[in-house]
Amino acid sequence: MNQWRNFIKGFIKENPVFVLFLGMCPTLGTTSSAINGIGMGLATTFVLVLSNVFISLTARFIPDKVRIPSYIVIIASFVTVVDLIMKAYTNTPGPNGEPSLYDNLGLFIPLIVVNCIVLGRAEAFASKNSVFSSFIDGFGIGLGFTFALFILGSVREILGSGTFLYPALNFKFIKGDGMLAFVLAPGAFLALGYLIAIMNIVKKRFAK
Amino acid sequence: MAKKESTFLSMVLTLFLVTLGASAALGYVYELTKDAIADAESAKKSLAVKRVVPEFNNNPTEEFIKIPAETEGDTLYFYVARMNDDTVGYAIETYSKKAFGGLLKLLVGLKPDGTINNVAVLEHKETPGLGTKMTEEKFSSQFPDKNPAKFILKVKKDGGDVDAITASTITSRAYCDAVQRAFSAYTETQTEKGGMK
Amino acid sequence: MELILIIIGAVFVNNIVLSQFLGICPFIGVSGKVNTAIGMSGAVAFVMVIATVVTYLVQILLDKLGIPFMQTVSYILVIAALVQLVEIILKKVSPALYQALGIFLPLITTNCAILGVAILTYQKELDLVSGVVFAFANAVGFGLALVTFSGIREQLDLANVPKGMKGVPVAFIIAGILAMAFMGFANIV
Repeated sequence: MNQWRNFIKGFIKENPVFVLFLGMCPTLGTTSSAINGIGMGLATTFVLVLSNVFISLTARFIPDKVRIPSYIVIIASFVTVVDLIMKAYTNTPGPNGEPSLYDNLGLFIPLIVVNCIVLGRAEAFASKNSVFSSFIDGFGIGLGFTFALFILGSVREILGSGTFLYPALNFKFIKGDGMLAFVLAPGAFLALGYLIAIMNIVKKRFAK
Repeated sequence: MAKKESTFLSMVLTLFLVTLGASAALGYVYELTKDAIADAESAKKSLAVKRVVPEFNNNPTEEFIKIPAETEGDTLYFYVARMNDDTVGYAIETYSKKAFGGLLKLLVGLKPDGTINNVAVLEHKETPGLGTKMTEEKFSSQFPDKNPAKFILKVKKDGGDVDAITASTITSRAYCDAVQRAFSAYTETQTEKGGMK
Repeated sequence: MELILIIIGAVFVNNIVLSQFLGICPFIGVSGKVNTAIGMSGAVAFVMVIATVVTYLVQILLDKLGIPFMQTVSYILVIAALVQLVEIILKKVSPALYQALGIFLPLITTNCAILGVAILTYQKELDLVSGVVFAFANAVGFGLALVTFSGIREQLDLANVPKGMKGVPVAFIIAGILAMAFMGFANIV
């Protein structure tokens, strides 16, 4: 298999968020800013790569009937590893006492375990393919997911708070408040709905 | 790839081995990160304490008292900041349950005489753009250097001295409520122990 | 009084789907028809309450043994096993109920609302009774959002939607408007 194509498919053609509509809960729940989106995306990528590699290594030893529970335990373990690491190293509050990345992502870190993307790739790809292909697949899909979360997070942050990549870029290009609805729950749904519609059009152009 | 046969023994054995491996690995990672997690938690606390009290050189996060709050089960944490041996201030972790989004947690810094030094917001679920203005200077600058013994910690609508945030009276009330709770705890400790030294 | 606050808070103010973003997959996936939406809500309510009770007991065990880091692993295993168990028992005891809920049960293991509510119950330090009430109220909130949404989507089949917006995009836009409506409930607790 062409590994480059295997890697790149997660971005547009099989983008988990815009095309396959998987992992919607963290997509909506953690994208109130671009940085949060990237953080969530990378945490998921980490779990996806490790569980893909590990499952493709061990799949042939696991009896068919207990396959799903075993995968779930393996995935849950890697999720806990991410949770512990993030609790230790991404738990510093911002310069003005803003909540840390770990606090912002909160509940959604343990919930990576029920993200359909992870179990889906384990079952559909990693259990049938070589270790290297599974690694590339996990990495590609994970970065595609991160890419989608980054786009959605950026749109919501720019429209909602008038900042971009805050607090990494401490710059506000509007006075006062932005369109606050976009930081809140309704904006998450609206922004994602319009982004998917735009992606549909883009995909059609590419197909022609 | 050929699927492995599922016999009862192989299924039980596999599940057992997988969970055993997972627990062992997680136990190991937990031991590795335990100290870093504890450090991050205490750094978070002391960073907040630093923002509300004058300069100190002890470790307030290790030197604290728990004070039971009026509702059962809740506690206020009372951190003492010292410079050499002089008490320079107290940081009190306080809360209000009457905020717009439910719980609001503040860290109130008091000078030894009870005057407010500074207030930091630790945790809140207020509406962005409305209730969150409590962290902005226009509202928060009303509190430093005021002594709650004379400065009435209520919004003006309720007969107090605090200018409420526009369109967020509930948040403002909760904020005052939390600061007042901290101050009451402070006066209590002062009368009980004849001033903490 | 406390329990009533928990119920109103979970059903309306902090609706699990529209403000907490849990359980979005079934929200978008099985909301085409009102009937399926009701079936799914029933199955979720059933599993959510039982899962909260069982994970509450598991948490006591975890605390006793001093292994908090096994929380995620044991919760999800318990929920997965529970779903299987419920399916088997339901098949034997009440075939009618199984007919109604059966096809939704396998989907529930990866419904993040179940695990989410179990973890929230722990994080909010609720006791067993409040935990059960909290879980049930969240399930009602889930059902309310899902059934309302599917009702709207049934009507939408007859509407003329722009080409690029058809299907999922327009569903999200409607969810956004619904979320806005639910924001009106803020501050009633």
